[in-house]
Amino acid sequence: MSERPLDDTFIEPERYELAAGSAYHFELARRDFFKALGGGVLIVFTLRGAHAQQESGGGRRGSGGQVPQEVGAWLHIGEDGTVTVYTGKVEVGQDIRTSLAQAVAEDLRSPLASIRLVMGDTDLTPWDAGTFGSLTTRTMNPQLRKAAAAAREMLTDLAAAQLKVERSSLVVADGKITHPPTKQSLGFGQLTRGRKLMKTISGDFPLTPPEQWKVAGKSAPKANGRAIVTGKHEYASDLRLPGMLIGKVLRPAAFGATLASIETKEAESLSGVTVVRDGDFVGVAAPGEQLAARALAAIRAEWKTAPQPSGKELFDYLKKHQTGTQDSEDRSAQSGNSEPEWSAAHQTLERTYTVAYIAHAPLEPRAAVAEWKDGRLTVWTGTQRPFGVRGELAGAFRIPEDRVRVIVPDTGSGYGGKHTGEVAVEAARMAKAAGKPVRLVWTREEEFTWAYFRPAGVIEIKSGVSRDGLITGWEFHNYNSGSAGLRSVYAISKQRNIFHRTASPLRQGSYRALASTANHFAREVHIDELAASVKADPLEFRLKNLKDERLRAVLEAAAGAFGWGKSKAPAGHGCGIAGGFEKGGYVATCAEVAADRSSGKVKVVRVVTAFECGAIVNPDGLKNQIEGAIIQGIGGALFEAVEFADGKILNPRFSRYRVPRFSDVPALETVLLDRRDLPPAGAGECPIVALAPAVSNAIFDATGIRLRSLPMAPGGLKA
Amino acid sequence: MKSIELRVNGTRRRVEADADRSLLSVLRDELELTGTHYGCGEGQCGACTVLVDGQPTRSCLTQAGAVEGRQITTIEGLEQNGRLHPVQEAFLEAGAMQCGYCIPGMIMTGAGLLRKNPHPTEPEILRAMEGNICRCGTYPRILAAMRRAATGERAQKGGSQ
Repeated sequence: MSERPLDDTFIEPERYELAAGSAYHFELARRDFFKALGGGVLIVFTLRGAHAQQESGGGRRGSGGQVPQEVGAWLHIGEDGTVTVYTGKVEVGQDIRTSLAQAVAEDLRSPLASIRLVMGDTDLTPWDAGTFGSLTTRTMNPQLRKAAAAAREMLTDLAAAQLKVERSSLVVADGKITHPPTKQSLGFGQLTRGRKLMKTISGDFPLTPPEQWKVAGKSAPKANGRAIVTGKHEYASDLRLPGMLIGKVLRPAAFGATLASIETKEAESLSGVTVVRDGDFVGVAAPGEQLAARALAAIRAEWKTAPQPSGKELFDYLKKHQTGTQDSEDRSAQSGNSEPEWSAAHQTLERTYTVAYIAHAPLEPRAAVAEWKDGRLTVWTGTQRPFGVRGELAGAFRIPEDRVRVIVPDTGSGYGGKHTGEVAVEAARMAKAAGKPVRLVWTREEEFTWAYFRPAGVIEIKSGVSRDGLITGWEFHNYNSGSAGLRSVYAISKQRNIFHRTASPLRQGSYRALASTANHFAREVHIDELAASVKADPLEFRLKNLKDERLRAVLEAAAGAFGWGKSKAPAGHGCGIAGGFEKGGYVATCAEVAADRSSGKVKVVRVVTAFECGAIVNPDGLKNQIEGAIIQGIGGALFEAVEFADGKILNPRFSRYRVPRFSDVPALETVLLDRRDLPPAGAGECPIVALAPAVSNAIFDATGIRLRSLPMAPGGLKA
Repeated sequence: MKSIELRVNGTRRRVEADADRSLLSVLRDELELTGTHYGCGEGQCGACTVLVDGQPTRSCLTQAGAVEGRQITTIEGLEQNGRLHPVQEAFLEAGAMQCGYCIPGMIMTGAGLLRKNPHPTEPEILRAMEGNICRCGTYPRILAAMRRAATGERAQKGGSQ
């Protein structure tokens, strides 16, 4: 069972940041690019018609039924044997640069070191919707493997012809094709002899089954690790072009503020400074950080502000400002709904849970370098949606997309927070005015204020349980968080799960695992409350109400490794368990906390996570993602919250917005279930969803205090 | 504007910059040593850590003029004759990175610790590194890397599984 069909074109409603923008996508002439490649083999993987994602302009779905045949990926093998893979996906720390190379190496039978990935460059790589939704491993991985397999077949044909031997007598391994009886061997690069051979494939192509993987399925070190540890890797914020200026933006006094008056003369009088005013956008560009800062400080602006809701009234506000529940486009707004049945319940339970807005706070703030040359705009920027940002730029400057190029250097993280292109548009606007390239790096305060947040939410659950511990009824309402993970994972025949859209006071959007974190938090804490109400062990209660075999398997694996129920936690400690699934992955988390009612201190001391996402491509990379999700999850679970009032963020710095640090890290154990019989799925998101409820349940076990709001203990436990 | 003479990675570098300009900005924008990263500008994240006379220092809060004549080491200066510093080596071996943006600051902090205290205890490592943020949450791997560097241990790549 899965929460919904794995459909790449589905965009969850809580990806609010994608809901606006141009609806056009102009096909580019790819042939020019093919011409630029030297001799060798080129395999083009096309997506099957109706399945292709079409628009790029930031819109979440185009109007009309025109879906162009799109290219998913391409792969080129040069005459020096170098394999170059072109994908529109980007690397933001999830290590797909490595795992995709492993996938290609596997099906091409080529050494990992021979494979280079060109990623996220709108002039060089095929169009792609963006790197989100844990889709890379689920969709790009098989596409590249198919292209690699097709290349291998083509090279084998060439070798058979060249050596004049039976195709079936050839062995392909290690970037070479060998004929064992005659000991003749040809490298991949030696087969094309100056020719350019191109093949277009689509649909299914036989792949090496995971059971036979040799390169994939084993841990591989990060592809550009050495450049990272030597500081040589250049993030967008590190790039420098000749004559480049440094940009800074004058930010409004509050959200929604408009310019009432502005005085820029003094700033303009500074030598070398360009001041841009365009509507409410005001920016300066200068040949140096200090001068730009001085110019910005010299601008006098008055802003007209309007009253805005504040954090204190947030949850009331969300409930009172619903904007709809029955969006017909929104396939998961009401999932698996039928009238819940209450008469069979021995007792019913109604509870409310809340989650705060939190910030992604990627350590590399949004950054862009923009250059206009001969009527074309090139922007290097850290984004998860290079083609979406290209659309935003084309829209902002009213130029065709083929005059815009977006290049994404491997980026200093995103977590769903870098889907939009504000910094790219701002840098480009200033570069246009200055007639020189401009680099703009958002300050930490700008990053905390002018990006978008993980949605806050209110979740109300009513449930019924029979005397023998079966859940008999379930009604679940989520206000504002979103619909991911909305449907109960438990086998409840009559259930109703509804997502209510609201007018959010703050700008909000995608965050790692979307609303699945909020929905799992509420559901898995509530399940614990139900278990307690019938005096059942939390694990046994879950297993009794669960049919999903994959979820049962991770719960049992986590519990086994944790030693669930084997011994009593030490005094002042408590244990909690939670599980769920999202984006094709299954997770169960057991947490042990130390919680002291009198001092209010709470610390997660031990976490065991069992995770399953089909066949594992890079076990150590996967483990790294899981550990990272757990640690990031501790922040949202215990102390992260965006505070705001009167259209201002009150804690827009690391000194006021606490993120997990070394001392917050528990003892971690990760159990990987490798299902080689299932296709691989992504793991960037799912592992985070069960941490917060497991911690809440552990705090209850330790103290008897039931915490139903995220973050649970920003100022310590309050008894 | 006056000029400042800095000793960076063993080389004297003269730059045109006001003395009150941040060392971070001078390193990145004048000397093109961009491995030292901006993360917060308030000394809270450690992405900008460099060594000043061997001591881990937040370059975002340090005025360039204040470190004239002192030995400044950035991430680019750790590698010697193509050989990685043991801490860099250990980070690679432990797979201690995701996006990598914090890593130069982590490595400089770790290298500074080992210079002063070649065999730190676990609490000493934690105390030294607490001021550095890895938003991706690779802390356990960074700790493993530091342990490895501190003991001179050379294990197989890829961490424990």
